[in-house]
Amino acid sequence: MNNPNFDLLMWARGPGFNIALIIMTAGIILRVVEIIILGRKKDIAPAKGSPVAQGMKTIFSRSLPRKGLVHYAPITYIGGYIFHIGFFIAFFFFAPHIAIFTDMLGISWPNASRVIIESAVALSVLALIALMYTRRTDPVRRALSSFDDYLVWVLSLLPMVTGYVAVNKLFGDPTFMIALHILCVEALMIAFPFTKLMHAVTFVMARYYNGSIQGRKGAKS
Amino acid sequence: MVDKPMLPELLKANGISRRGFLKYCASLTSLMALSPAMMPRIAHALENAPRPSVIWLSFQECTGCTEAITRSHAPTLEDLIFNAVSLDYHHTLQAASGHAAEAAREAAMKEHWGKYVLVVDGSIPVDNPGYSCIAGISNLDMLKETAEGAAAIVAVGTCAAYGGIPHADPNPTGAVSVGDIIKDKPIINVPGCPPIPVVMTGVLAHFLTFGIPELDELGRPKAFFGETIHDRCYRRPFYDKGLFAEGFDDEGAREGWCLYKLGCKGPTTRSVCATTKWNGGTSFPIQAGHPCLGCTEPDFWDNGGFYKPLSVPAGDYRKLGLAAVAAGAVAGVAGGALARSGKARAAAAHEKVDAHDLEKKS
Repeated sequence: MNNPNFDLLMWARGPGFNIALIIMTAGIILRVVEIIILGRKKDIAPAKGSPVAQGMKTIFSRSLPRKGLVHYAPITYIGGYIFHIGFFIAFFFFAPHIAIFTDMLGISWPNASRVIIESAVALSVLALIALMYTRRTDPVRRALSSFDDYLVWVLSLLPMVTGYVAVNKLFGDPTFMIALHILCVEALMIAFPFTKLMHAVTFVMARYYNGSIQGRKGAKS
Repeated sequence: MVDKPMLPELLKANGISRRGFLKYCASLTSLMALSPAMMPRIAHALENAPRPSVIWLSFQECTGCTEAITRSHAPTLEDLIFNAVSLDYHHTLQAASGHAAEAAREAAMKEHWGKYVLVVDGSIPVDNPGYSCIAGISNLDMLKETAEGAAAIVAVGTCAAYGGIPHADPNPTGAVSVGDIIKDKPIINVPGCPPIPVVMTGVLAHFLTFGIPELDELGRPKAFFGETIHDRCYRRPFYDKGLFAEGFDDEGAREGWCLYKLGCKGPTTRSVCATTKWNGGTSFPIQAGHPCLGCTEPDFWDNGGFYKPLSVPAGDYRKLGLAAVAAGAVAGVAGGALARSGKARAAAAHEKVDAHDLEKKS
């Protein structure tokens, strides 16, 4: 006699993870290498400022809030920050997640308590719902939204909801819910290189590029 | 049912007071997650229950299940209840051996046909039934023959319930569970490696008082397998606080922190280990400092390694990841080169156009 929930969990932890890892890793490397190889035309004009320093600075400075944006788009502004910080905390500071990095890379770091993790998840989910509300009610954002945007929203939401349900055993079989959570993460991993989720990697390159252009011109970025 | 002393006589003979008996009934009621109002009914049913004949068959097993039950033989009431059934065949415990033992089984079957309870521990090899025989009879034949006249079957231990360790990959004997073979009898699975003795007696008590208990989708009594070990674990507050033992001899281990990172399967394992415990409520594996192996679940031996946390991928993914990096890099270089050559071709094919040319075209 088998336990179908365990079979699903073992598939998610075994072949499912392998498939997702291969697609995500190969996809990210492919896209990054492609962008680098494609390159940009060499600017032969003498630099007026420091492109490298400005580029490096911009990678971090663009994470800081932009003046005036909170009045222009408060939900996008605040919701965006809450979601990203919450997702980051839940992903990198929940002990079972750190255990994956320890197994994979041999590195470890301190984890947060369940209260912090679950508060971060709850706030992130609320932020995602608020962001979707503005996306649907603002005619401009609605017109700009594509299938990709909605897919990414769902794929970001599901791991947090299923993870919360699995840890708190809100409903369903606990083994099934853990399996479902892992499968949702694997769906996110598979979609990662081919959707806007890729910004989690390319933001570094894009910010550096923009910063260095401005730095070369001697302008602030 | 057999003509042997009823429970009240046995109680008296063993020096157990009525008060002690009622206390036992109350604990059983609580253990089975029944309403306190059910306690008198349990007491009444146990007092008046005729002692059913029990035939205990041991197949591909390690005798751990029998050992566990015999280890509970302090003079407890559970022990008494166990003795209060008529154990007519158990080849580890009975004095008879060889043909005499088999004759006892056949006699009990004949006398109580359709009424006896069949308890099985151990899995059944089906690749070649000859892998495991008793008195020249294969486990498969003995199970089929004995199950035919049974009122119900209790599959004790994970081997009987789900195939257990003999069923583990690569399963050289083709081991299967009782439920894989017998389809026309009620089967109560009491998994565990070994099961908790009081769970075993609790299931028998439930069977005597209310019949077949409510079972989950894996055939386990919900009263004993309704919640996960993680839910009732005394180390759970450490999980919530984010305090984990990272090794078997670190500060976390000494402080008694959560064993999740050491591979504890408590979050996915249903059993009352954390509350009922073992050896008269003394301890259970997690209390002794070892992560739960998940032994009440099917295929627990093959569920990704005992010392790997549940969240960690179970396969050998590192080589695949490195191969993916290489494949991605090669595809990226190829894609980039293709794009660059397209760009170069476009640049080569570029024709200069001035305002006059455009005017001519328009």
